Amino acid sequence: MRLNRVHRTIAAVAAATVVGATLAACSGGSEDGGTGGAEGATAEEIEAALQEGGSMTYWTWTPQAEDQVAAFEAAYPNVDVELVDTQGAADNNTELQNAIAAGDGVPDVIQLEYQSIPQFQLPGQLTDLSAFGYADLEDLYTPSTWGAVSQNGGIWGLPQDSGPMALFYNKAVFDQYGIAVPATWEEYVEAGRKLHAADPTKFIANDGGGDAGTVTSLIWQAGGKPFQVDGETVTIDLADEGTQKWADMYQPLIDEELLGDIPGWSDEWFAALGDGTIATLTTGAWMPGVFESGAPAGAGNWRVAPMPTYDGTPANAENGGSAQVVPAAAENKLLAAGFLKWLNSSEESVELFLASGGFPATVSDLQSDEFLSYESEYFGGQKINEVLVAGADSVNPGWAYLPWQSYANSIFTDTVGQAYLDRSSLTDGLAKWQAENVAYGTEQGFTISE
Amino acid sequence: MSAVTADQRAGAAGTPVPASPTKKRGRRAPASRVHLAGWGFVTPFLVAFALAFLAPLAYSVYLSLFRNQLIGGNQFVGIQNYLAAFSDGKFWDGALRVGLFLAVQVPVMLAIALVAALAIDSGRLHGKSFFRIAIFLPYAVPGVVAVLMWGFMYSDRMGLTGHLNDWVGFALFTPYTKQWILVAIGNIVTWEFVGYNMLIFYSALRTIPGELYEAAALDGAGQFRIVRAVKLPALRGAIVIATIFSIIGSFQLFNEPNILKTIVPTLISTSYTPNMYAYNLSFVGQQVNYAATIAIIMGVLTAVIAYVVQLRASREND
Repeated sequence: MRLNRVHRTIAAVAAATVVGATLAACSGGSEDGGTGGAEGATAEEIEAALQEGGSMTYWTWTPQAEDQVAAFEAAYPNVDVELVDTQGAADNNTELQNAIAAGDGVPDVIQLEYQSIPQFQLPGQLTDLSAFGYADLEDLYTPSTWGAVSQNGGIWGLPQDSGPMALFYNKAVFDQYGIAVPATWEEYVEAGRKLHAADPTKFIANDGGGDAGTVTSLIWQAGGKPFQVDGETVTIDLADEGTQKWADMYQPLIDEELLGDIPGWSDEWFAALGDGTIATLTTGAWMPGVFESGAPAGAGNWRVAPMPTYDGTPANAENGGSAQVVPAAAENKLLAAGFLKWLNSSEESVELFLASGGFPATVSDLQSDEFLSYESEYFGGQKINEVLVAGADSVNPGWAYLPWQSYANSIFTDTVGQAYLDRSSLTDGLAKWQAENVAYGTEQGFTISE
Repeated sequence: MSAVTADQRAGAAGTPVPASPTKKRGRRAPASRVHLAGWGFVTPFLVAFALAFLAPLAYSVYLSLFRNQLIGGNQFVGIQNYLAAFSDGKFWDGALRVGLFLAVQVPVMLAIALVAALAIDSGRLHGKSFFRIAIFLPYAVPGVVAVLMWGFMYSDRMGLTGHLNDWVGFALFTPYTKQWILVAIGNIVTWEFVGYNMLIFYSALRTIPGELYEAAALDGAGQFRIVRAVKLPALRGAIVIATIFSIIGSFQLFNEPNILKTIVPTLISTSYTPNMYAYNLSFVGQQVNYAATIAIIMGVLTAVIAYVVQLRASREND
């Protein structure tokens, strides 16, 4: 009999733990914090606050952050910046969500990818920096990065870096198999066939269907505008002309098994970049620094070329890139505003950022001779920044991410990713992705048109 | 003999002790002092229990009655989340998947654990301490590490699977395919938890009094007869406990698929198991309320199934 009572308790506890385990960490609580637009300050007031000092927290996963914070504290000895390394965008965003929901431990300044800004801005969780006069900083930054931080009538952050796409290719592999650098996507697919036929262990590209970020950028590059956001109205059309252009180009790569499926950013992936298993990579201009630290074995073999085009007309997109923002619940907004401006516009800070392979968002740095004439040893002495900066000029205008892009990306594998797995139609996968996003957007209170 | 039947029997015996306050007023004081002392002893437990179990549970139920939208904010929606969950194909797909997992993996795992425990207990095994430790060891490996390790072994490019397939000359093992991925997960879970269950069974076996074996031997029972007539009946309680733990574990399936997802993102969906679904909804989709709803439904389902198993076991006992 005692045993049975134990069992009943177990059953009850079972229920409690299943429920509790999932929820212990994610208290909900509504957050209708203000937009922060009310309490503004002038440049003098901010400067005075920085001189007076205090302590603040800064969350980021930028590798250069430690150096930047040290330089800032040297310039403003009374300010104490507590730096928290959030390891990456995913953890960073989750931690911020939790802190905002808990109403406690919200950082004063935090890094956000451009695509994640709307998700925090819409519910009023970010401070409008135009109250500090930061709208005047517009000319410092490239139009696409400024566009990403200024929307819905406010300035929600200052750009840290940008990621115009480029074609990174392994010249050693291309030379070995007599493959020319593809200028069009048609040539690219053909190069993929030739390479894989010559050596079945090598792939023109690695994409196992788990990388929504790259695919959305490729759609952007093809001229697609599947997401349009106008306040609370969101248009989703993953069958528009540009998106279809990408799908038609990409389908043969999937059908003919020309793509590698190594998990991105894994040790295996870096090894494959180093040893030539993956022959090309279409990604953002921030990649060279990652190459150098992650795939040292590939040193000297890699080169940078402009993105392949569909019809010979240069066209490009952005991939990745972040801004720093001030949450609405930040406690030391004056310090935060001062630090943020120093971080992403002062010469001293940007120089530190560039020193270890960062790709800036500031126009003056992008156009400086020193930056453009830099010869990268890893890329065989190529002046890579000339190619990368030129790529920024042809970024297709008018792209927008969904206000729930990180969730949309998470279900990408469930929908579009299935086309990779089954070697089935990308168009069908995109239609499923659209349907799930329409359902989610409706659930979240948006007006959705398709 | 279950608690329920015992209570009924007490009721049937007709010994109601209705409190009659008017008569016993004189003796109330000492009685309540005793009561107070009792409360004093259990209060620390009750406080911990309330904070650790009841509060999160109550909070989850509270959360599940609201909907927090990016546009429109937070509002009370009553049982709407529950209605939505009951017609949510993704949720039920996940629930059915863990149900299938439970129906196949748990019996296999418990059978292996049982055989291992009986073998070690038989006294006929050389180096039994070695086997006991060796079988238990995987349980001591942190779950995440275990999954990563198996994840590599399953890889056709660099793992054990790849080497085996090269050796036989064709793709014999393909754990990373739609057909086999659930089996591959089951294999990891079995590897992790056989030792734990084996230890439960083994310790239950050690409590069997030696006289029973002597008696059995005198009656001329062989080893298999002893297993059937002495050991297995003595293990009944332990088997029920192990089964219930395993049911709970199956319904909470999360670590293994969630980590494998980083290796094979398209094979394992975000709603592969109910816990993964709830996790993705709350941490990525910001739908804490709906995630709470799913967690509560799964909690209730788990409790019901665990209770049914326990009830059946005790009925067979009678």
